[in-house]
Amino acid sequence: MTPTSHIIPLFVAVSLAGAFLISLTAKKLKWLPDIMGSLTTLILLVLSIVAVYMTNKQGTFVYNAGNWKLPSGISLVLDPLTSFMLVTINLIAFLTAVYSVNYMERFTSKWKFYTLFLLMLAGMNGVVITGDMFNLFVFLEIAAVASYALVAFGTEKHELEAAFKYAVMGTVGSLFILIGIVFLYSYTSTLNMADMAQILLQKPKANLTLIVSVLFLMGFGLKAAMVPFHAWLPDAHPSAPAPISAMLSGVLIKSLGIYTLCRIFYNVLGINSSLSSILMFLGTLSMIIGGLLAIGQWDFKRLLAYSSISQVGYIILGIGLGTPLGIAAALFHLFNHSVFKSLLFLNSGALEYATGTRDLREMGGLTQKMPVTGTTNFIASMSIAGIPPLNGFWSKLLIIIAAVQANRYGYALCAVLISILTLAMYIKVLKFAFLGRLKEKWNKVKEIPRFMSLAMVILAFICIIGGILLIPNISNIFLKPASDILMGGKNYASIILEGIQ
Amino acid sequence: MTIYLLCLILFCCGLYCILRKRNIIKIILGIIIAEYAANLFFILVAYRLNGRAPIFSPDTTITNMVDPLPHALVLTAIVIGLATTALLVIIAMRIYEKYGTFDITKIKELKG
Repeated sequence: MTPTSHIIPLFVAVSLAGAFLISLTAKKLKWLPDIMGSLTTLILLVLSIVAVYMTNKQGTFVYNAGNWKLPSGISLVLDPLTSFMLVTINLIAFLTAVYSVNYMERFTSKWKFYTLFLLMLAGMNGVVITGDMFNLFVFLEIAAVASYALVAFGTEKHELEAAFKYAVMGTVGSLFILIGIVFLYSYTSTLNMADMAQILLQKPKANLTLIVSVLFLMGFGLKAAMVPFHAWLPDAHPSAPAPISAMLSGVLIKSLGIYTLCRIFYNVLGINSSLSSILMFLGTLSMIIGGLLAIGQWDFKRLLAYSSISQVGYIILGIGLGTPLGIAAALFHLFNHSVFKSLLFLNSGALEYATGTRDLREMGGLTQKMPVTGTTNFIASMSIAGIPPLNGFWSKLLIIIAAVQANRYGYALCAVLISILTLAMYIKVLKFAFLGRLKEKWNKVKEIPRFMSLAMVILAFICIIGGILLIPNISNIFLKPASDILMGGKNYASIILEGIQ
Repeated sequence: MTIYLLCLILFCCGLYCILRKRNIIKIILGIIIAEYAANLFFILVAYRLNGRAPIFSPDTTITNMVDPLPHALVLTAIVIGLATTALLVIIAMRIYEKYGTFDITKIKELKG
C-alpha cells in the first residue's frame, strides 16, 4: 500500500471519531457539538477535494483493510466516481452542519442530533468508498438506521408516524438487498465487487443475474424512492428537521439509492438493454407522478419532497439511457439537484424558523422581511425549474439532448413537459410565500440568524456558477472521469485488481 | 431443495405479516421473521452435504467442511437487525404514548 491510499479509510474514520467525541464530551462542554460538527464536516470536505486531485493525477487507489490481499479481504476503493460522490456528499454535509448551528436551537439535546448526523455521514461515505458487497450492506444500514432516528427526532405525532413508515419500508428494502447479495455470493463465492465482476464475466450467463437484478432494483429503488417504491419519502422528508431533510433529499437517496444502483448494474452485473429500458421507464414514471403530485401540495416541505421524486426520475432516466452523454448529464444533475434541493429545504427551514408554519397559504410577501431567504429561494427555484444560465438548466438540457440522440423522443418530450410543470410548482411557491402583499401577522418577522444565511448564500452561489462544471477543462477533472468509470462497465474489475494499492 | 422452499415460505410469512397486519407490534414481528428467513438462507447457502465445522486441529484432516464466511457475515446481519428492531420498538412505544393505540388504521394523520 502506498502512503497516499491511507486517505481512503479516513472518510469513515473521521466522521465516526467526530460522532464518538461529541457523545462522549457533550454533557460537560456545551459549546463543543457545534464546533465539532462543522469542523468534522469541513475536514471531510477538504479530504474529498484532495481525493479528486489524487484520482485525477494518478487514477484509482485501493486500500486493503487489515493488509489482506485483494480478493479475500475487504478493500476500499477510491476512483473518480467515488471522489465525485464524496465531494457532493461532504459539501452538502458541511453546509447543513453550518446551518444547524442556529437552526437546531429549537430542539433540546443538540449533541444527539450531531452524533446521529455524523453517523449517517459515516454510513454514506462508507457506501461510496467500499469495494466489498457485504461491507456496502453494513454501511448502508448504518446510514439508514441513523436516518430513521433522525426522522423521528422531533418525537411529535407526525414525526413518529413518518419514521415508523420509513423504518418498516427501509428495512424491507435492506432485506431484499441482503438476499440479492446472498444469491451473488452463492454463485461467485466472493464478496469483492471487482472479483465478483470478473467471475460473472467468465461464468456462463445465468438466470441468477436476472433474479439478483430484480432484487437489487427493488431494494435500491426503495432507497432511491423510484415511483412504485416511493411511498415513504413524502412523509419522511418533511417530518425531519430542516437540515436533515436537506441531507436526506440532497444526498442520502443519491448515495444509498442511485450511486449503488449504477455502481452495481454498470460495474458488477453489467447492464443490458432490457435493464436499461426498465430504468428509463421507471425514471420517467417517477418524473411524471412526482411532478403531478407535487403541484397540488400546500405544505412547502411536502411539495419539495414530491419534487425530489420527480427530479430523481430525471437522474434515473439519464443513467438508463446508457450513452456517455446521458450518464455524464445524469451525474451532473445529481450534483445540481443535491445543491438546489438542499438549498430549498434549508429555505423551508428558515421560513419555519421565522414564522412557525409550513403552509404556503398562510404566508405571503415574506421577501420584504426576509430578503436573504427570498433571494436564495428565487435562485434555487429558477435553477430547479431549468432557467438559463443557472446550473439546473444545463443538466436538464443535456439529459434531453441525450434522450434525443438515443432516439428516445417520447422520454425527451416527457422530460420537457415535466420541466414546465416544475417551473409552475415553484412559481406557486414564490407567489404564495415570498411575493405579493405582506400579511399583517408577519409584520414582526425577522431575518434568520447569521450562520443559516451563510449556508444558504453559499449554496445559492454554487447554483449560479454550477454551469462552469461543463467547461471542458473542469469537466475533465470532475465530471468526465466519473462517467467514464460507469461507461467502462466491466473494466472496473481490472482497474481495481491492478490499481495502486 | 425442500429446505430452501421452507425458508422461502418463512420469508413470505414475514412479508405477509408486514403487509396485512394492522397492529404495529405484529408488523415489527413480521420484520423479525423476514429477517430471520434471510439470515437462515445465508446459512443454508454455506452448508455442504455432510460437511463439518471448519475447525482445524493437528490430529484430524478435514475433507468436507462448511463455508465459514457466511457465519461471520450473518452474525453482523443479526446485530444490524437487533439495532433496527430496537429502534422500531422504541418508536412504537412513543407512538402508543402519543396516539393511545397500536392500530395503524387509526394512526394516519399524514396524507396527500
